Amino acid sequence: MDFIEFLYENVVNNFSWQMLVMWAIGGILIYLAIKKDMEPTLLLPIGFGAILVNLPGVMQKVVDEAGKPILDAFGNEQYSAGPLTTLFEAGIANELFPLILFIGIGAMIDFGPLLSNPKLMIFGAAAQFGIFFTFCMASMFFDIKDAASIGIIGAADGPTSIVVAQKLNSQYVGAIMVAAYSYMALVPIIQPPVIKLLTSKKERLIRMPYTAKSVSKMTKILFPIIITAIAGLVAPESVYLVGFLMFGNLIRECGVLNSLSDTAQNVLANLITIFLGITIASKMFYAQFLKPETLMILGLGLIAFIFDTAGGVIFAKLLNIFLPKDKKINPMIGAAGISAFPMSGRIVHKMGLKEDPQNFLLMHSMGVNVSGQIASVIAGGLILKFFG
Amino acid sequence: MNFQNFIANLPYMGKGMVGILIVMGAIILTTILLNKIFSEKK
Repeated sequence: MDFIEFLYENVVNNFSWQMLVMWAIGGILIYLAIKKDMEPTLLLPIGFGAILVNLPGVMQKVVDEAGKPILDAFGNEQYSAGPLTTLFEAGIANELFPLILFIGIGAMIDFGPLLSNPKLMIFGAAAQFGIFFTFCMASMFFDIKDAASIGIIGAADGPTSIVVAQKLNSQYVGAIMVAAYSYMALVPIIQPPVIKLLTSKKERLIRMPYTAKSVSKMTKILFPIIITAIAGLVAPESVYLVGFLMFGNLIRECGVLNSLSDTAQNVLANLITIFLGITIASKMFYAQFLKPETLMILGLGLIAFIFDTAGGVIFAKLLNIFLPKDKKINPMIGAAGISAFPMSGRIVHKMGLKEDPQNFLLMHSMGVNVSGQIASVIAGGLILKFFG
Repeated sequence: MNFQNFIANLPYMGKGMVGILIVMGAIILTTILLNKIFSEKK
């Protein structure tokens, strides 16, 4: 009877209809991860965690000795998710997990195609337009630090979004992370219509012949070191973001740390991803997540991705005005400057093939896609410089 | 909704995009230089 009484009391006292909504959201994320294969490494743990923290009695309100709720800096009640909160404090509140994940990501990236044609990096820069446009849009509804944190969803990079949102002490970290990872998974749906809207058939048919150029090992070794130095000099706030990414790449390229590179790319990246995904869910308790602001953030996140795509494509079209006829750029590759690697590069390549089965844009689009990774981290550093 | 904030924050958009373009430009030039100095001899 005691157990049944407990069960009854737990359900009656702690249950809220909003929990059902969060279970549904968690279920949708799990469905997208498994059935649609959309960023399963993140969406599945986030979805599962969202269900977990929204079970009755799991989240405990943080109170003082007198039983009065302890409010955070924004005047909101705080909740503890037990070990998930411990993990959050250990790895996300101090930005440790995303930075360590960046080591793994850096070790996975081959900068070769980009280094053989470095001019492509300019499209990576152009495709960060959505970050700043969304920041301006968000500033109409949120305070400046929250607006900047929302804008960084446009970096299309989970670790950068987490680090910036945490450093700016945004109160919408949960919604921002869910938006960032969800839209990264939805890039195959978001980008093609935007690209088609902004380009003509003639432009999409532009061929870009690729001539393989070898890049020396010394260049591949010096590149990550020099990039870190440049980023650190221009925006010291970005040095850890850029530095950890480039450290991972240096491990890969030096040629004498193959086991470390292998570990960084596989075990380390997977381990941190597991912790990151489920820990993000500690910010998905309905009382913190189900607010009108969350819907607004999801909407602004979509705007960020759309304007990133538009920024890259329009920049390529502008460049074409000045380029000779035989050197025109297929403007679709500008869209690959979004940091959703390698999906965005593959999408542009597939769109090129669909228009012309003989038009192979892969090496160009992947080069631009990789440059977007660098540019998004630089953008994150600039955001921190402006508002940190 | 405060549209004045959108206008007031446009300079950050300008500074941000110029900043990224300058940094990426510096990285491009550095890479071109690295390729020239350390080009693989055929």
